[in-house]
Amino acid sequence: MSDTPAQSVAFVRETAIPPSPAPANASGIVKWMRDNLFATWPNALLTIASIYVIYLILAGTMPWIFNGVWNTNSLAECREVLDGTVGACFSVLTERWNQLLFGFKYPVDQYWRPLTAFLLMFAALAPVLFFDLPRKLLIITALFPFVAYWLIWGGTIWTPLFALLGFVAGYLVYARFVTQSFAVGFFGGVFAAVVVWIVTGYITPMLAPEQPLLEAVPSRDLGGYMLNMMLGLTCVSLSLPLGIALALGRQSSMPLIKWICVIFIEFIRGVPLITLLFVANVMLAYFFPPGSGVDLFLRVVIMITMFSSAYIAEVIRGGLAALPKGQYEAADSLGLDYPQAMRLIILPQALKISIPGIVNIAVGLFKDTTLVSVISMFDILGMIRGPILASTDWNGVYWELLGFACVVFFVVCYSISQYSQWLERRLATDHR
Amino acid sequence: MADTAQMKVSDEVAISIQQMNKWYGAFHVLRDIDLTVYQGERIVICGPSGSGKSTLIRCINALEEHQKGSIEVDGTLLSSDLKNIDKIRSEVGMCFQHFNLFPHLTILENCTLAPIWVRKTPKKEAEETAMHFLEKVKIPDQANKYPGQLSGGQQQRVAIARSLCMRPRIMLFDEPTSALDPEMIKEVLDTMIELAEEGMTMLCVTHEMGFARQVANRVIFMDEGQIVEQNEPEAFFNNPQSPRTQLFLSQILGH
Ligand SMILES: Nc1ncnc2c1ncn2[C@@H]1O[C@H](COP(=O)(O)OP(=O)(O)OP(=O)(O)O)[C@@H](O)[C@H]1O
Ligand SMILES: [Mg+2]
Repeated sequence: MSDTPAQSVAFVRETAIPPSPAPANASGIVKWMRDNLFATWPNALLTIASIYVIYLILAGTMPWIFNGVWNTNSLAECREVLDGTVGACFSVLTERWNQLLFGFKYPVDQYWRPLTAFLLMFAALAPVLFFDLPRKLLIITALFPFVAYWLIWGGTIWTPLFALLGFVAGYLVYARFVTQSFAVGFFGGVFAAVVVWIVTGYITPMLAPEQPLLEAVPSRDLGGYMLNMMLGLTCVSLSLPLGIALALGRQSSMPLIKWICVIFIEFIRGVPLITLLFVANVMLAYFFPPGSGVDLFLRVVIMITMFSSAYIAEVIRGGLAALPKGQYEAADSLGLDYPQAMRLIILPQALKISIPGIVNIAVGLFKDTTLVSVISMFDILGMIRGPILASTDWNGVYWELLGFACVVFFVVCYSISQYSQWLERRLATDHR
Repeated sequence: MADTAQMKVSDEVAISIQQMNKWYGAFHVLRDIDLTVYQGERIVICGPSGSGKSTLIRCINALEEHQKGSIEVDGTLLSSDLKNIDKIRSEVGMCFQHFNLFPHLTILENCTLAPIWVRKTPKKEAEETAMHFLEKVKIPDQANKYPGQLSGGQQQRVAIARSLCMRPRIMLFDEPTSALDPEMIKEVLDTMIELAEEGMTMLCVTHEMGFARQVANRVIFMDEGQIVEQNEPEAFFNNPQSPRTQLFLSQILGH
């Protein structure tokens, strides 16, 4: 034992050193700029060059935007007002906004209908996107497709009501038989729904009133950005479940199911979307009974859904493959059956891994809805290239119109991307 | 310390395996396995790596399929009939080397999932049962955390609690401590010893020979897919008969 500390290496601290603030030159804006913008000579040069490029871009666009003309009736009038100075002719947007948003045939006095459907969409999406909300709100989501259909297309209310009835009947049969086996419940449910639809299909024309509450609007009259939104929302929400089914089918131990899924996925992925859309336009009609008049909108929805579900299936397959085998074994060893294991254990994890990929495809799909303009549907791009630019008033207003299309698409796509990042953070439970 | 190994076991058969064989392709993993486990019996299975220990106990709850012979668990014959498989799985609990907790669910949800969906227990009751078993494995305060926030030893104890929530008649353990740091091994072994003292039928693949001595009624030595030797722990460790057992024991205990 030693008496003086100097002789001993052993040391025990008895009081903690209090924390003190960082020195002044290690914080603040100057420090941040020195660290990030002007750390070294090459660094400083790059910063200055970048600032110059940003200046050039802004100098070119800002006068054009702020000098823009908003209230004339044609490009010629715009040029008169601008009188040789640089400036945009935004008048085309204020004069043709209704065509850009709703197409040129949708009855003007009925614009409130798609608008109402648009607002209802948020209420319907909320409980799906933000699952902390009460689960009861999902009722709105379930009813939304039928209400939105009725609002947008109008006509007799019996069509959406009977469609809904088919789903309800299918669900009741499913719930009744699912305890026996999932397959019996599933196919029983599908069968019941189809029977209801066929029967009511004959009744509907008899019940249809002469003057329906909402004037009927044929699919050909839909257009503008509304058409893009409708196609995007419908196809994304249909292709996600279909993609999951395909991904699971591809993993199935039943060879027939497995091969159907593999061939479907590989075939669809090997064909350009445009080709499929042309097929939808001219050929798909042959597959349906003549005179049944399967709607062009429906045919396009089928094609885009098939297309994106094949891609989604592959993304989800990646997620499934990334799960350790132990998760399947743990689920099995607890006695969960296949649907339970998939729904409660495997899919929640696999989908979480697949979120970035799925969002990628959803955003791509949404933008691909503009391709329908090549089969002469007047979506926002179809409207711009067709009726608006072809009119004598607005011939030549490219930047303003295409810029507007960019902005409306960007708003939606950027929101999707932000949502997915929030979702990933929200679902992060592995804390690694 | 009470020598649990001397505890009486009943003569009611829990698992009966007869002439069971398994192949992976052309590779003969398990050969003519005959094993009868009585209710309340605690069996430790040991043997060199690749000898088929995991495969054997995974055959008992049909995680692996056997190709020949019969396995009967609690009177239910294991066949390709999915109903029988589900019945056996809900009566046999299993703990894995890597815990295999569900990372997207909280500890409590991990424990209540199977009772709610398989046994159709009301949620409230399932949660009470879960808390009971979490208390038993001494981690009730972690109930609302996620598995990723727990240490390895805690995760393995949750895995045990998760199995117990199904009120199994038989528990299978596949090297439950071999992925753990030394200081965590003890907490898991203590949980298992406690379980053994309550009379749970246990089949345990492990290299923890101290545990085997203290808890097992019977130790089974496997090599190359066969049961080479089985005996009471005292006799097994002090007086091994087969030269292969002697070699294995000298390697595992001899340093
Ligand atoms: N899925 C599989 N396909 C083919 N061979 C396998 C498979 N699983 C295991 N095997 C082989 O079967 C044999 C027995 O494996 P098993 O996992 O049962 O051994 P073990 O005794 O548990 O070994 P360890 O102590 O390393 O866990 C090994 O030779 C292994 O390579
Ligand atoms: Mg093993």
